[in-house]
Amino acid sequence: MRLTPEQIERYSRQIMIPDLGGRGQIRLRQGRVLVVGAGGLGCPAAFYLAAAGIGKLGLVDSDRVELSNLQRQILHSTMDLGREKVESAKEKLNRLNPEVEVLTYAVRLDEKTAAEIVMPYDFIIDGSDNFATKFLVNDIGVALGKPFSHAGIVRLQGQIMTALPGKSACYRCVFKAPPPPGEILNCQQAGILGAIAGTIGSIQATEAIKYFAGMEEDLLVDRLLTYDAKTMKFRTIEVRRDPHCRACGEKARGKLKLASTA
Amino acid sequence: MKVQVRVPTPLRKFTNGADEVNAQGNNVRALVEDLDRNFPGIKERICDETGKIRRFVNVYVNGDDIRFLQNLETALKEGDNISIVPAIAGGV
Repeated sequence: MRLTPEQIERYSRQIMIPDLGGRGQIRLRQGRVLVVGAGGLGCPAAFYLAAAGIGKLGLVDSDRVELSNLQRQILHSTMDLGREKVESAKEKLNRLNPEVEVLTYAVRLDEKTAAEIVMPYDFIIDGSDNFATKFLVNDIGVALGKPFSHAGIVRLQGQIMTALPGKSACYRCVFKAPPPPGEILNCQQAGILGAIAGTIGSIQATEAIKYFAGMEEDLLVDRLLTYDAKTMKFRTIEVRRDPHCRACGEKARGKLKLASTA
Repeated sequence: MKVQVRVPTPLRKFTNGADEVNAQGNNVRALVEDLDRNFPGIKERICDETGKIRRFVNVYVNGDDIRFLQNLETALKEGDNISIVPAIAGGV
């Protein structure tokens, strides 16, 4: 694969970065990323990946655009109210960069659909808004060996980590199981500032770009990054693989039943 | 044994909004009890009904997960930094 003169110009500002270069750009063109949730996190993540010239972007979201989404879900506009989020997002992404192949899945990722949807991709970005999907993305990522970026946001706070299945701690190594419903507030109940979603979603895009560009050594693995915008403090906490992890531990193989992979 | 505790957003309603509080205890178990004395109700959000740390909450002593130390019996020393980090769900 070679870059055309137009591509070299379009991506010149990032090709100039020694860590990426022309080789990294070509790898990015060959990269396939699945973004779960075309919302607060998924919009900025997908937007920057499309701008950076990712080859293929899959978008999973079953929702339609609502007025209360527009304060943070930057791919959707007032004119898109009532449209499927994945269609609205695809239009904006291709307007920005027609070279990117965007595939849409207007479904909710669940145990039945997950494996088939995830399989053709190299990297997953979890921008979902609930624990069930976050644990599902983890378990399917681990089961299929797909690296992924996990993130969660609420109010003025975010947390994020990248997992390389088989090599690093997974989300379930850090948080063992979803809390009972209602135990921890989500954005719908507690609120979220749009710019926080932008910050964390951009970090997720950065991690995917680094993964494809060959910067695997420097990913946010075995670390949980927490961001508190109120005090404007970023902190990283070292996390470790749990040998007894139900998803990626020694005895986990086959134990954690996924309908789609069973 | 005075230590500093970093409080995550969801628990700040117990600490009058403070993101860091001072507390004391010779180990994590005593620390949680001390926190609950000063900030009633906070223990229930950190520990389950059997007294164990909840599965979606992590406690770190100077950056180390207490699950890989001695859990609630992990000894504390003057000036230790404790972080309480619960899972966060939001995204859309």
